[in-house]
Amino acid sequence: MSVDKDTVRRIARLARIAVPETRLEPLAAELNGIFQWVEMLGEVDVEGVPAMTSVVAQKLKWRMDEVTDGGKADDLMINAPEGEDHFFIVPKVVE
Amino acid sequence: MSDPTKPTSLASMTLAEARDALRAKKISSKELTGAFVSAIQAARPLNAFITEAGEQALAMADASDRRIARGEAGALEGLPLAIKDLFCTKGVRTTAASRILGNFVPPYESTVTQNLWDAGAVMLGKTNLDEFAMGSSNETSFFGPVFNPWRASNSNANLVPGGSSGGSAAAVAADLCLAATGTDTGGSIRQPAAVTGRVGMKPTYGRCSRFGIVAFASSLDQAGPMTKTVKDAAIMLKTMAGVDRKDSTSVDLPVPDYEKLMEGSVKGLRVGIPREYRIDGAPAEIDALWSKGAEWLKAQGAEIVDVSLPHTKYALPTYYIVAPAEASSNLARYDGVRFGHRAEGPHDVVDLYERSRGEGFGAEVQRRVLIGTYVLSAGYYDAYYARAQKLRTLIARDFTEAFEKCDVLLTPATPGPAFAVGSKTADPVQMYLNDVFTVTVNLAGLPGISVPAGLTANGLPLGLQLIGKAFDEGTLLRAARAVEEAADFQHSPARWWSA
Amino acid sequence: MSASVKDKTIKGETGDWEIVIGMEVHAQVLSESKLFSGASTRFGADPNSQVSFIDAGFPGMLPVINEKCVEQAVRTGLGLKAQINLNSIFDRKNYFYPDLPQGYQISQYKNPIVGEGEVLIDLKDGETIRVGIERLHLEQDAGKSLHDQHPDNSYVDLNRSGIALMEIVTRPHMRSSEEAAAFLKKLRAIVRYLGTCDGNMDEGSMRADVNVSVCKVGGYEEFRRTGSFRTLGTRCEIKNVNSMRFIAQAVEYEARRQVELIEGGGTVVQETRLFDAKAGETRSMRSKEEAHDYRYFPDPDLLPLELDPAWVEEIRKSLPELPDEKKARLMKLGLSAYDASVLVGERETADYFEAMLAAGAEAKAAANWLNNEYFGRLNRTGLSITDGPVSPKANADIIAMVAEGLISGKIAKDVLDIEWNERTGNPRAAIVEARGMKQVTDTGAIDAAIEAVIAANPDKVEEVKAKPKLAAWFVGQVMRQTGGKANPAAVNAALKVRLNLPDEG
Ligand SMILES: [Mg+2]
Ligand SMILES: [Zn+2]
Repeated sequence: MSVDKDTVRRIARLARIAVPETRLEPLAAELNGIFQWVEMLGEVDVEGVPAMTSVVAQKLKWRMDEVTDGGKADDLMINAPEGEDHFFIVPKVVE
Repeated sequence: MSDPTKPTSLASMTLAEARDALRAKKISSKELTGAFVSAIQAARPLNAFITEAGEQALAMADASDRRIARGEAGALEGLPLAIKDLFCTKGVRTTAASRILGNFVPPYESTVTQNLWDAGAVMLGKTNLDEFAMGSSNETSFFGPVFNPWRASNSNANLVPGGSSGGSAAAVAADLCLAATGTDTGGSIRQPAAVTGRVGMKPTYGRCSRFGIVAFASSLDQAGPMTKTVKDAAIMLKTMAGVDRKDSTSVDLPVPDYEKLMEGSVKGLRVGIPREYRIDGAPAEIDALWSKGAEWLKAQGAEIVDVSLPHTKYALPTYYIVAPAEASSNLARYDGVRFGHRAEGPHDVVDLYERSRGEGFGAEVQRRVLIGTYVLSAGYYDAYYARAQKLRTLIARDFTEAFEKCDVLLTPATPGPAFAVGSKTADPVQMYLNDVFTVTVNLAGLPGISVPAGLTANGLPLGLQLIGKAFDEGTLLRAARAVEEAADFQHSPARWWSA
Repeated sequence: MSASVKDKTIKGETGDWEIVIGMEVHAQVLSESKLFSGASTRFGADPNSQVSFIDAGFPGMLPVINEKCVEQAVRTGLGLKAQINLNSIFDRKNYFYPDLPQGYQISQYKNPIVGEGEVLIDLKDGETIRVGIERLHLEQDAGKSLHDQHPDNSYVDLNRSGIALMEIVTRPHMRSSEEAAAFLKKLRAIVRYLGTCDGNMDEGSMRADVNVSVCKVGGYEEFRRTGSFRTLGTRCEIKNVNSMRFIAQAVEYEARRQVELIEGGGTVVQETRLFDAKAGETRSMRSKEEAHDYRYFPDPDLLPLELDPAWVEEIRKSLPELPDEKKARLMKLGLSAYDASVLVGERETADYFEAMLAAGAEAKAAANWLNNEYFGRLNRTGLSITDGPVSPKANADIIAMVAEGLISGKIAKDVLDIEWNERTGNPRAAIVEARGMKQVTDTGAIDAAIEAVIAANPDKVEEVKAKPKLAAWFVGQVMRQTGGKANPAAVNAALKVRLNLPDEG
């Protein structure tokens, strides 16, 4: 598989990262270098091997249904680049 | 300070020595902390810290001294530490060395650092790192590279301190703190510890809570101590570790007294030497050191066993799928809406996202987010991500089988000593190879420790890595202690930065 | 082709078309706190006041699952007669949107907590159809963007962010707007019986995405026979339809749009559409179409969700009687299928009915009384059964008095009116006696009334002798003569004697 300029443009869009047009070609080359190296994984027969779902043997912890959080609208807003009346503000979203 | 080219006696103490001195009231925390605050200021050329917290540190030291006087000392009472700037610290700027976090000040504390403060430790400041912990040389930081306190004999070239916990490694190596925290996703504690001549330990996945640590790759990230000695690592780990109900993947097992478990002989301990770690083109010095390590352990009564980890060579490419995939999703929250950098005058939401993230993320982070986005995208998931997760199963199985024949594994920590700043930035794959010996351990979730073991011909430190069974940090520390004693590494870097 | 299928077709210019409908319903789990954080789920709070740093996607925050939400999903699955998966996995669905702070929604993709199940729906014509449930999974709700506060900006409130939702996905087994609405009504009843969702559509606790396609007559049968979607048309998904009425409207509009499009030489494109309730039409939502690549992968912050089979059994044992079972039981008490399904349609209605039975009412009389009298009054005044002024005991008393022959059906309605207005709670004692409404069984008074009616209508007397069924007219006249107080049975008996009518009359 080979990554071209259009693919980089498409994945940059998916990842919501503005990549200048002039960077697309060099990035494609870098990614290709990495993917070529990664290709070696194709050598391994993984038929019937389960994908790893948890790194060490353990069970998911559950919590009780209790209200233990919230009521911190001020703290939520202190780092906000733009906010008003405890709302976060973004450019208008059109649906 | 009397002689800035020599370490002050206070700053060069180990964590254990300082603890005992404080307990015996031979020194005060304020005195000790003051020495480090001055040392940090004098060492600014190393760029080890992003945020210095001298005033706060002295206030914390004061409070510690009062607690000591009242006989209420905690396990780490009054001991000044440096914190990797990936741990959220309440009221203290946390950047992950990224422009995108801007001036983010967390209104909350990470569990690991909270554990440290609850035990009475003092925070000196937040250390530099690779941006979002993505790197092996600490050159991807938005705040500039960290310089290794070590330089090759007869050279003034600046070397990298390894990464991503390069600031913490440099701070410990240059005696700017008693110990530091690091995080290790593919080797980010062990690799910088090795190339700065210090001890770095990655505990078993789930040993330390990940709550409040800026996530890089959730299934691999693990916090751990960076210290001057193995004993100090045991002391630090005891306080850092523990189950946390705020982290679903932290493990509910009692935290043993590592300081005690670390003591004792390695007689009868089976030490595995994985043959696949002998790689073509590795410097002869690395191989020689590795053999020496085996001999040291054998001389102390350990049994050396030849073992095989057949999927070793696939570990690094597997890692470079799994880690970026998780990172691409973990870093989606940096969008300029609720915190952090926001692009000027966005004309719509997509523009806000794309420019905030384009401006806020550095080149390496962007590269990895793009890799991760690609390997998860429609049509590629099975070929990349699903296959990589299956390889992880095989890699973990290799270890399980090897551990039927041995108790710990001994390997080199890095493929070479610290290299010159800028020498490997052009080729990402060459850079990634620095983690070749450490990354398998993260993929399998096992504990690993790197111990300083010797110097290269031109005077740069090299480390050996020991790998343990899951949750068997006690045995691992005991073996590490044996290597440490045999190596008797007494070197320290010349203090060129404050000359 | 059966008559019922024929009713469901749309007449086009080139022939008849069938509608095929599937649904994805988002039902908000009834719980105190959110799926992965301890913030409250209460509706209508101040902006961002019920938000934890986890819900807001702050750095270093991690999800921890709420056991109640898992239990509610299992309970709902059991109520849908569905398979419970003892191992399921939480995945991340990645996309960027201002009300999605993490940049991903934690959901379940390949391995949901609940598998195949079913919902039976009763249609007006007495037919019962089975709608297959494909799956139910747990996921997080998103926050809310307000677009009308400012000309250039949207305002984001994350109070909803992280609330647990059950996404319930059906098979494409519904074939008319009526069936679609009936399905949603039934599903709502089930979750409300179970207490797993409040079903409050106004507050967004239940939202439906409706998938609509059309095919030529026969295509659906072929799909059911082969399981292949080949004979079905391309579907469009109508997002977030939030009332029963809108569902019917949206389906009708969309099906006709598709038929007209195809017959006009066009093709239906698979897309997401929005129902505009004001205009009564569906519109393409192009903004949601772009980049549909969610890059699902298992959430590495969470381990697989494992359920203990014994725990699932405990939940199964604690399930309440559900609408279908209750309906069957009521039918055994003599109710018609239709009456029974009306009564079990809402949990509150069923509870009310059962309270009447507990107060001694006879089942069939109670059902008739509610369906013919009480529900009508509630509907006219816009009151719900729980807000209505007459207690189950009072209604039970009224019909008991009728059964005892104490009052006539007509008087019973008057008593209900009085009880409705005055809420005495005891119609038997308070009203009937006090107002002199006690039924006239005094034969002397009845005989006098009969004579008066006969005297005034001699022609009718001849007619009724020829056609005994007309006796009912006489009964009515006598009842009027007595101001409705006469006992109809006594009137009937007296008339038979006086007019010399045969018994079967
Ligand atoms: Mg859906
Ligand atoms: Zn959904």
